[in-house]
Amino acid sequence: MLIIKNLKVSIKGKEIIKGLNLEVKPGEVHAIMGPNGTGKSTLANVIAGKDIYDITDGEIIYKGKNLFEMSVVDRAREGIFLGFQYPVEIPGVTITNFLRSAVDEQRKYKGLEALPASEFLEMMEKKKKLVDIKSDLTNRSVNEGFSGGEKKRNEIFQMAMLEPTLSILDETDSGLDIDALKIVANGVNKLKAKDNATVLITHYQRLLDYIIPDFVHVLYEGRIVKSGGKELAMELEEKGYNWIKKELEQ
Amino acid sequence: MKKNLQDIPLKSFMLSLFNENKKILTKNDSPVISELRKSAITNFEKLGFPSQKLEEWKNTNLNNALLKNYDCILSPEKDDVDIDKIFRCKVNNFETYLFTTLNGWYVYKKSQLTTLPSGTIVGSLAKAMEVYPEIFEKHYGKYADIKKNGLNALNTAFAQDGIFIYVPDGVEVSKPIQIVNIINTEKNILSQPRNLIILGKNSKLTLIHCDDSITNNDSLINSVNEFFIDENATLDYYKLQNKDENSTIITTSYFFQNQDSNLTSNTIALNGGIIRNNSHVYLNGQNCNANVYGLYLMDRKQHIDNHVFIDHAKPNCFSNEVFKGIIDDEASAVFNGHILVRRNAQKTNALQSNKNILLTDSAKVNTKPFLEIYADDVKCSHGATVGQLDTEAMFYIQSRGICEKNARILLMYAFAAEVVNNISLKNLRERIDTMVVKRLKGELTICDQCVLHCKDDIHIYFDIDLSKI
Repeated sequence: MLIIKNLKVSIKGKEIIKGLNLEVKPGEVHAIMGPNGTGKSTLANVIAGKDIYDITDGEIIYKGKNLFEMSVVDRAREGIFLGFQYPVEIPGVTITNFLRSAVDEQRKYKGLEALPASEFLEMMEKKKKLVDIKSDLTNRSVNEGFSGGEKKRNEIFQMAMLEPTLSILDETDSGLDIDALKIVANGVNKLKAKDNATVLITHYQRLLDYIIPDFVHVLYEGRIVKSGGKELAMELEEKGYNWIKKELEQ
Repeated sequence: MKKNLQDIPLKSFMLSLFNENKKILTKNDSPVISELRKSAITNFEKLGFPSQKLEEWKNTNLNNALLKNYDCILSPEKDDVDIDKIFRCKVNNFETYLFTTLNGWYVYKKSQLTTLPSGTIVGSLAKAMEVYPEIFEKHYGKYADIKKNGLNALNTAFAQDGIFIYVPDGVEVSKPIQIVNIINTEKNILSQPRNLIILGKNSKLTLIHCDDSITNNDSLINSVNEFFIDENATLDYYKLQNKDENSTIITTSYFFQNQDSNLTSNTIALNGGIIRNNSHVYLNGQNCNANVYGLYLMDRKQHIDNHVFIDHAKPNCFSNEVFKGIIDDEASAVFNGHILVRRNAQKTNALQSNKNILLTDSAKVNTKPFLEIYADDVKCSHGATVGQLDTEAMFYIQSRGICEKNARILLMYAFAAEVVNNISLKNLRERIDTMVVKRLKGELTICDQCVLHCKDDIHIYFDIDLSKI
């Protein structure tokens, strides 16, 4: 589904990602871990299509197509979803209206008719339960005055509504208490299917207690320096990132 | 070479027009009004039209508008005008008492003054001057400054008609009153409407004031509104401006508030050639509230200039100014907010904010928030921002599959919402909301107006169809 080959990315002349390779297949859950400032969020943003970066080398193939030839909007419509680390507030636009526009535009792209209002609302109700969102939250402006937990839950709710093929969740666990974390993880688990994939970007192993990854990768200084199964996360938790650093130095 | 505006032909034209038509202009005047008119024309002769040399007019250039030739309609065109042939009112879900002026003259069906069931009097200013001289003279010309303001002086010299509203003590007007000023003439017209709105003690009024045009001829409108809001009275005032590009609208409004009174003024400008709005609020008693809001969406070569002056003359008053604008193409905007807190106006709470979004490199904003404080126990804040659409937010919205164009509209809409959401009448808010969306999509043209739909040359339809929203 997603193949990243020798990706090199810099911003303002500073190289952040220095030759990264990754393959994600349908049905898989990947976790990308690593200390701060190693390019985790950059990777997520580059896949989603944020245009502040210079792609200096490499390629990303998504569903057999060159991702760099697709706009942010088309990537989304082709099923890429980015759960933001810092979701943006849009005062004056309710979640309902926001998602209505998004769902309609994505359906239109796929040649489907717009959902009738009643069906849309029905769908919302169903997905709200999935992420345990209070019903009045969707009548509020997108992320405006939301708590950290509400913002992250709203990201997962949007993911549920948009039914993406590839979800990249950037630090979705940061700033969440254990209850919120469970709800978010639960939502992600329920949305897992054999033809979609999830990439979790996280700093801590904690999230992986609730979402069991098929693969864990350690991103360090712009490269994936170690890959393994879920036990790698446990090892990292135990030994810390210094263990990786030491290994690399040897 | 720069023309000296003191000597522009329009000034001498207006002066001689006044002298030649003194009889017509003063025919209904009481001695008091006659005196006022005389001193007004003398002042105008001294002051002339404003030039950019004046600090207050630094960023708004009236030269082009003033160098055109205009006609002034000094008598109503026909007394027996059949109103139904000109106006047809179609109001759905949103009931208002509707009153109109055509080319500056009050349009009436049966009577020039209407008394609503509550005892509120609405009608022609000219007639009110004649029928209610006492109440008229008590307020008329008492708030509008003609000593320093040449345009006010000119208006006062020529003022003949407009809307008069008197809400007696204790009366809450059940439905909003709506005034529609229409310009519909083949001539290039200079119109100077004058409105006087008086709210008695403990009264309540919602007033919607629309400026519209039917024809696209050059027009210069110099209107003056005086509002008197007595003790514990509440005025909700909405001003909608959706005019053609050839129009220059100058509106100067004075709000005189007595103690415990409340004012909410909301000025929404969607289209217009040159718009200048002056709002002066005098907080003349304790515990007054004044909310002065504005929204302007300008594009092409349109220009808007909002001047707000709030005079905290007495202690314990609250004022809140929020003006927001989106400027596209080569359009330009000016905001000038002046809050004066006088020495004894302790415990004043005054907020002021002006936020702008520039959509192009050639769009321009000049903003000047200004506090002048002489009291020492006050809470005042001011701020102004000029920026572009937030790129982070644009990315966020687009990453959900919403196209760039819609993402922009969504963000602009969100930006405008802060002002639109202040509209307390639900139906009006929804209506304006729709208009803002249409305007942002570029679908609101002058032929698809806020309240008017021109069907043919003769008929003008008022179509406030809220059922479609």
